[in-house]
Amino acid sequence: MGAGHGHVLYRESDSPVHRLPPEVKIVAMVVFTVAVVATPREAFWAFGAYAVLVAVVAALARVGPRWLLSRALIELPFVLFAVALPFLGSGDRVEVLGLRLSEDGLHGAWNIVAKGTLGVLASLLLAATTTTRDLIVGLDRLHCPQVLTQIATFMLRYLDVLVGEARRMRVARISRGDDPRFLWQLRGFAAGIGALFLRAFERGERVYLAMLSRGYTGRMPAVWQGEGAASTGQWLVAATVPVLAASIAATAVVLS
Amino acid sequence: MHISNGIIDGPVAAIFAALALAALTACVLRGRRDLDDRLAPMAGLVAAFIFAVQMLNFPIFTAGVSGHLLGGALAAMLVGPWVGALCVAVVLVVQALIFGDGGVAMLGLNITNMALLGTAAAYALIALLLRVLPRTRAGLAVTAFVAATVSVVVASQGFVFEYWLGGTTDLGNNLGGLAGTMAAVHLLIGIGEGLITATTVLTVAKVRPDLVYALRSLRAPAAPAVPVAGGVR
Repeated sequence: MGAGHGHVLYRESDSPVHRLPPEVKIVAMVVFTVAVVATPREAFWAFGAYAVLVAVVAALARVGPRWLLSRALIELPFVLFAVALPFLGSGDRVEVLGLRLSEDGLHGAWNIVAKGTLGVLASLLLAATTTTRDLIVGLDRLHCPQVLTQIATFMLRYLDVLVGEARRMRVARISRGDDPRFLWQLRGFAAGIGALFLRAFERGERVYLAMLSRGYTGRMPAVWQGEGAASTGQWLVAATVPVLAASIAATAVVLS
Repeated sequence: MHISNGIIDGPVAAIFAALALAALTACVLRGRRDLDDRLAPMAGLVAAFIFAVQMLNFPIFTAGVSGHLLGGALAAMLVGPWVGALCVAVVLVVQALIFGDGGVAMLGLNITNMALLGTAAAYALIALLLRVLPRTRAGLAVTAFVAATVSVVVASQGFVFEYWLGGTTDLGNNLGGLAGTMAAVHLLIGIGEGLITATTVLTVAKVRPDLVYALRSLRAPAAPAVPVAGGVR
């Protein structure tokens, strides 16, 4: 279990953004996203400004645009929902390329695509620059209840194990002549999932008891908590992005 | 099923964020009592399991609406309603923070639908059905199946309700269509989730019945969830 510090989205680097303490980055990311969502959808220039902010942070964090954009595909389902809106929306209709589309629906689609994409990019930047361990430490320093950080710690710890185990079981099934396709795989999948769960639990239970016997109290060691907590300077540095975003949002609200 | 930024307007999102925060606080207070030495690793594993399972989409929906398993019923069954809701909430928070799955500003809505509504509906049904149905493997399977199926549909209607309150685009008469589509798609997902939940719970109940939270109160009605005293702490 020694490797569990990174995750699929983490990008190993030593950029200024990587060096910021996690709690600072979490707060900055949340405030940024809230500012984006609070912006009126007609203020197109504001979304351009947010995109520039994201691009600057990405450049500082040495995260390439190609990596960012390919990972942003996760929001594709929401884009599909957005595509349906111009057809479903009510109110005034406008002609676009020979189709009668709802004007409100078009605005709504833009709203979802723009705000959704910016939100996804912001969280990808957080993911690319923060290990899961740091994320938990950050949440803990932000006074997240211990029950939650404890569940989160275990969750992230067992995630790789579970996914790897599931992949091995799937390969094993295929190599024994199963043809997992469409709905027919559901039975084999479900039967396997029970076994997977039990195997993973018994392993998890042993690890947990070993941790208890080594002095685990439900909180990660104090050494982690103390080392590298955010200084005032770091808070100020990281505050630039959310403060800029908030002022853009405020300007957009006043102008609209 | 995850709501992305911009689908629901700000004020409604804020109201649901406050609601979710209050409900989660209650869950933390109650869950802390439940979380003994046996339940702690189980809660972590249930959360990891839900996290992994939510990545798997049903192949039949690749062409249209995205749908995935929610896991609320499984969590309610194995770790109880309070810790169960916390498990699903943790999954959603981590997904929103680092995977960009579901908007951070919409976290309150997502937690309300999937962690609170889904788990509460599932546990209410579990508590009811386990008393009504015969205490056999079949009874347990039916309980898990029905609870999972219904909880998924309930969670999807939570989204429709929120959209009706504060959707950023007025759908007019098409809102009924949205409700119907969501219910139909999630009924199918729910059946899949029901099968997976039932199989998982049956497997666990067969090998380690002590791990199924929902069965504890039936075994020992006097003292459910006795915390482990002394020893390793």
